[in-house]
Amino acid sequence: MDMKNINLEDKEREFQAKIDADIRIEPNDWMPDSYRKTLIRQISQHAHSEIVGMLPEGNWVTRAPNLRRKAVLLAKVQDEAGHGLYLYSAVETLGADREDTIDDLHSGKAKYSSIFNYPTLTWADMGTVGWLVDGAAIMNQVPLCRCSYGPYARAMVRVCKEESFHQRQGFEIIAGLANGTPEQKELAQDSLNRWWWPALMMFGPSDENSKHTAQSIKWKIKRETNDELRQKFVDVTVPQAEMIGLVIPDKDLKWNEEKQGYDYGEINWDEFMNVIQGNGPCNKQRVDARRNAKENGMWVREAATAYAEKRQAKKAS
Amino acid sequence: MSTKEWPLWEVFIRSKQGLSHKHVGSLRAPDAEMAISNARDVYTRRSEGVSIWVVESKLVSASDPKEANEFFEPSDTKIYRHPTFYDVPDGISHM
Ligand SMILES: [Fe+2]
Ligand SMILES: [Fe+2]
Repeated sequence: MDMKNINLEDKEREFQAKIDADIRIEPNDWMPDSYRKTLIRQISQHAHSEIVGMLPEGNWVTRAPNLRRKAVLLAKVQDEAGHGLYLYSAVETLGADREDTIDDLHSGKAKYSSIFNYPTLTWADMGTVGWLVDGAAIMNQVPLCRCSYGPYARAMVRVCKEESFHQRQGFEIIAGLANGTPEQKELAQDSLNRWWWPALMMFGPSDENSKHTAQSIKWKIKRETNDELRQKFVDVTVPQAEMIGLVIPDKDLKWNEEKQGYDYGEINWDEFMNVIQGNGPCNKQRVDARRNAKENGMWVREAATAYAEKRQAKKAS
Repeated sequence: MSTKEWPLWEVFIRSKQGLSHKHVGSLRAPDAEMAISNARDVYTRRSEGVSIWVVESKLVSASDPKEANEFFEPSDTKIYRHPTFYDVPDGISHM
């Protein structure tokens, strides 16, 4: 073995020792290439999910039933833009080029959360999305606040602080409908029926089929497995549904006294893979909207640059 | 022209009068003034700040993490700089 490899092994051992001792990794610290690559992939996908996630809710901003709901929805969607920005900044600390990662989204090379490829058909979906989708996101993001990579962990702390309002505003909408007229209740139930399974899929493939999980746990990028988080989500959400008189659309769902948690039915993984591969109901629409925003919004960036240059020239003269 | 030419700015926020500015993250903007107004929208949506500093990232000089052990070692060995180094007889208070 040559010197270079011995050095690399030493460095990798030292790196893992830091991780094991819960010492956070910061941008200029030495890190294995594969750790860097894994983070770039994960954080940029997370950033894309925040940004694409604005679209299904943006769909209802102009049709919110009253001014209060509209202001709340706008604030929520604006937060998601902020989340995307924190995350793109975190990805840049790893040496990735922000625009390149965005172009990877637009070319279909980069993925984002499968959930945002489902359509928001009714106003009730604004409730369900906040309640279940933000709820599942919180479940995923809370352990990420202790992620071994400092900038990602710090971004997650900010994000988690903001998410709890997202979930509450959604639950308020859905609880309101569930306690409303029979038609309103039906709207709420129909929405839950459509979103429940896709929400469970948000936690990703089951542990035996998740190729990245073991390494990510060893690196403390992830602290809990997909199935552990999914179980937690089911356990906290089922009683919430019961409380407002809605029925979880799973005939196999039942309390398991022994494990002190719910057993739930088989997830349709074919559907999950199909949506991930680009064939969900809205994949094309979502990516088109993002591409369109960049291309047709370019004049705004150019105007800002021109304005900055003009101001600079004025200062200099 | 694209944002590739927009510099990266580090953002520091004073959360209230009497506290120092603290690094909160970064963003891209064409100039300092736009960086400040973007920082307001990105980092202070819930009254997290009363003052914002932005500094172009490339202007920040930093100590080398590879040298951190040697660099900070001199202070590690000077335990007499801490009050706990000193014996104070029982019964002595206000010290
Ligand atoms: Fe978010
Ligand atoms: Fe959210």
